Amino acid sequence: MTAEDASPGVAMPVTDARTVPAAPLEAVNDFVVKFANVNGSGSASANELFARAILRMGVPVGPRNIFPSNIQGLPTWYEVRISGAGHLGRRGGVDLMVAMNPQTWDDDIAEVDVGGYLFYDSTRPLAATKMRSDITMIGMPLTEICNSTWADPRQRQLFKNILYVGALAALLRIDMGAIETLIAEQYKSKPRLLEPNVQALRMGYVYARDHLPAIGLSVRRSNAVGDRIFIDGNRAAALGCVYGGATVCAWYPITPSSSLAESFQNYCHKLRIDPASGRRRYAVVQAEDEIASIGIVAGAGWNGARAFTATSGPGISLMSEIIGLAYFAEIPMTIIDVQRGGPSTGMPTRTQQADLVACAYASHGDTRHVLLFPEDPHECFEFAASALDLADRLQTPVFVMSDLDIAMNQRLCAPLAWSETNRYDRGKVMSFEQLEAGTDFGRYKDVDGDGIPWRTLPGTHPTRGSYFTRGTSRDAYARYSERGRDYVDNMERLLRKFDTARSLVPPPVPNASHRPTTWGAIYFGSTAPAMREAVESLEQAGLAMDILRVRAFPFSGAVREFIESHGPVFVVEQNRDAQLRSLLVDDFGLDPARLVPILHFDGTPITARFIVGAVRAYAHEAGMPT
Amino acid sequence: MTWIAKPRLHHPTLARNALGYTRRDYEGKVSTLCAGCGHDSISAAIVQAFWLMDIAPHRVAKLSGIGCSSKTPDYFLGPAHGFNTVHGRMPSVLTGANLANRSLIYLGVSGDGDSASIGLGQFAHAIRRGVDMTYIVENNGVYGLTKGQFSATADPGSVSKKGVANTDGPLDLVGLALLLGASFVARGFAGDKAQLVPLVQAAISHKGSAIIDVISPCIAFNNHAGSTKSYDYVREHNEAVNQLDLVPSRNEITVDYAAGETVELAQHDGTFLRLHKLREDYDPHDRIGAMNYLHEHQARGEVVTGLLYVDTAAQDLHAGLETVETPLNLLSEAELCPGAAVLEHINSSLR
Repeated sequence: MTAEDASPGVAMPVTDARTVPAAPLEAVNDFVVKFANVNGSGSASANELFARAILRMGVPVGPRNIFPSNIQGLPTWYEVRISGAGHLGRRGGVDLMVAMNPQTWDDDIAEVDVGGYLFYDSTRPLAATKMRSDITMIGMPLTEICNSTWADPRQRQLFKNILYVGALAALLRIDMGAIETLIAEQYKSKPRLLEPNVQALRMGYVYARDHLPAIGLSVRRSNAVGDRIFIDGNRAAALGCVYGGATVCAWYPITPSSSLAESFQNYCHKLRIDPASGRRRYAVVQAEDEIASIGIVAGAGWNGARAFTATSGPGISLMSEIIGLAYFAEIPMTIIDVQRGGPSTGMPTRTQQADLVACAYASHGDTRHVLLFPEDPHECFEFAASALDLADRLQTPVFVMSDLDIAMNQRLCAPLAWSETNRYDRGKVMSFEQLEAGTDFGRYKDVDGDGIPWRTLPGTHPTRGSYFTRGTSRDAYARYSERGRDYVDNMERLLRKFDTARSLVPPPVPNASHRPTTWGAIYFGSTAPAMREAVESLEQAGLAMDILRVRAFPFSGAVREFIESHGPVFVVEQNRDAQLRSLLVDDFGLDPARLVPILHFDGTPITARFIVGAVRAYAHEAGMPT
Repeated sequence: MTWIAKPRLHHPTLARNALGYTRRDYEGKVSTLCAGCGHDSISAAIVQAFWLMDIAPHRVAKLSGIGCSSKTPDYFLGPAHGFNTVHGRMPSVLTGANLANRSLIYLGVSGDGDSASIGLGQFAHAIRRGVDMTYIVENNGVYGLTKGQFSATADPGSVSKKGVANTDGPLDLVGLALLLGASFVARGFAGDKAQLVPLVQAAISHKGSAIIDVISPCIAFNNHAGSTKSYDYVREHNEAVNQLDLVPSRNEITVDYAAGETVELAQHDGTFLRLHKLREDYDPHDRIGAMNYLHEHQARGEVVTGLLYVDTAAQDLHAGLETVETPLNLLSEAELCPGAAVLEHINSSLR
């Protein structure tokens, strides 16, 4: 009997008897499920439902979308790390593949760890050569069930996704109540859709329960999630901009940053309407390109509004001239760079940390910019808000270096935090009263020794405090000057200002090993969860290592001390050219040989296994037991 | 020193406006442009216009791009903040400044290289958005600061100082502004201050994007026989369609002109534009008519000047964005930050 002969609900089990492996994987709350889908098929919301249901059972999950630059028809994957121990990075490897895309079957089946499982649509029989004997193949006639249950082709497609979620719930012992609650929340405003979704879910559950074999992977209720929230970095950063007081946002659509500006607009629409007039306390302009976006941000910053743009690498390239103007003319601006794979169009829907050098030194001439490195959505929120403060305080462009992995994937993280005692730092803005009192105003004069001059806003005083802002050199009173001395004084003051930034940016976060060691690793941003897991597993293998997460450029003295007190020092990052290492070498004048690069740049988020492998390979070469 | 402050000696008999300011209060530093440059005449017209309108100079923000024209904001309205941005990007920077504080008056100064070449995109998009500004293009058909290359507004056949004839087609910013939907489009001539000052006044009181293309001969590189942007050429081929007066709303409106010759247009800010029609067949409310008129006369080698089009009911970018009346840069922390309790609510919706 083939799957085609079976009618839904009464079909024979279709597990292929030829492929039962000797030792199927067994794990509770510690495995990786990967969904292979066709994009545009409606799988994303079903897959998210799967991940959220596990979260609702109190078990941490780390989901990641791996998607093409395409709207419909190309392969897309959703990988869910389920980790009772709380590891949210990618581990590497797959324990259960949900193979819904015939185009990628060969790669998908090859990726499953030995002893793992592959769930597939068995409506049409597959050749034996397409199978593997060292994993468990679990077939379910999804298409057949859908075709005989729903007439509408769109419904057939959408409910196929819900059907497999139901089946996985049975296989992995996920709480059906949790899923049904989530569906009810999702369709609260569209009750018409609620019932068919629940029906499809139950149909998948019952079929799997009655016809599919039990497997060794399962989810067990826990309380390891705590009060953490589940949010993507772009939404969190957008909220950070709302809380940080941004009133002007200018942007141009580019993956993976577009949802940040859109979220800002959505949150403002809810949170920033003047109750009396119904009018908006914000302005969002979708500009004609990134040059105009940053021009608008520069004009607003010059005129005293908190302004930001969100973009990605190609946008930074276009913005560079105005970023240089803002550095030299000392205009506050916040730029959120959601990094993707470059150069050129590169890999627009894949992740990298490859814009560090481009942002740190953006523009022609001698420039140096402040960069912040959030590790997760919680810090995307925090750093977006503090970037607006830092930009005003330092009167310079400040970059928040997010990346696609943090920005477009939902991540379990600490709740967003805002203290009622927070006050915006508007920096040194000379008031009408100060000018009226006769305070000396030199726009580019360092009166406080921190390299930061005072500024005035247009329209402040009828006769005092006006100045002419320009990208050409000038003296301390903003008067046009091409004298070498004036130029050099100004450039040296800008360096002093950069040094002041060193003490204002978020400090690095150390994490010392339980055992004394000279081995150290420096990392930043989205590498954090994989790094922490890698260190745990290295320590279990007898290789202890202290780690330090840098959170900003310029680096604080603590980073230099860490490097000086360790050896070897690995620098773990997600780009080809060891860009953080270059910044460290440049900022501290280090011998590059002191820093050992570990580089992951294939466009997927770095895994704990990759880091462990690289460190062990180094240890092996150094003649240490590994 | 490469800057020169103007001596601030005021003659006691200098006329004062309603705010008590003399014209000198609207001046800036001494111009560093070539003697006889058309741009200096435009700066003088700007000084005169703001003085006449009783606008406190510090309530103006003056922005420019890069080039000879873009240097001029340093030479007028000294008490106003100025911003000499980057080449071709003044419109976006002005847009941002305007979003931050809608209570100031925005004056953008640009040139034909700045607006018709490198900045053509920003010129177009600022107009599309209806940014409330007076945008003056000081148009000489030539790159002055880099010594005489043709710009995109140079006419084909126009001959450079070195004797080379231009073969590329010209961009006409007035025609383009009409096409892009600008709500105020005018052309002036640096050598005709009587016509230019009221045009600048009218542009300042206009709500929306007001574009004035001012033919401004470059005496160093483009004022010779063979140039179509020279004083002589423009004087010989000037086809003025009208002459304006700006009448403040507090003044009694009197009609000194025979019907059919004078049109009065109520402006958004309560002022009136009094238009003396020099050409009976010209209607400044008809965008398509204006385009036709412009092209017909251009084909004959004539330079049409005057107020070519105005929509007195136009709305600006802030209307479209529905922003609050309070300037965004004055909103307090309490008005901007939703607070910890709201954030806790958001957190709980994310579990």
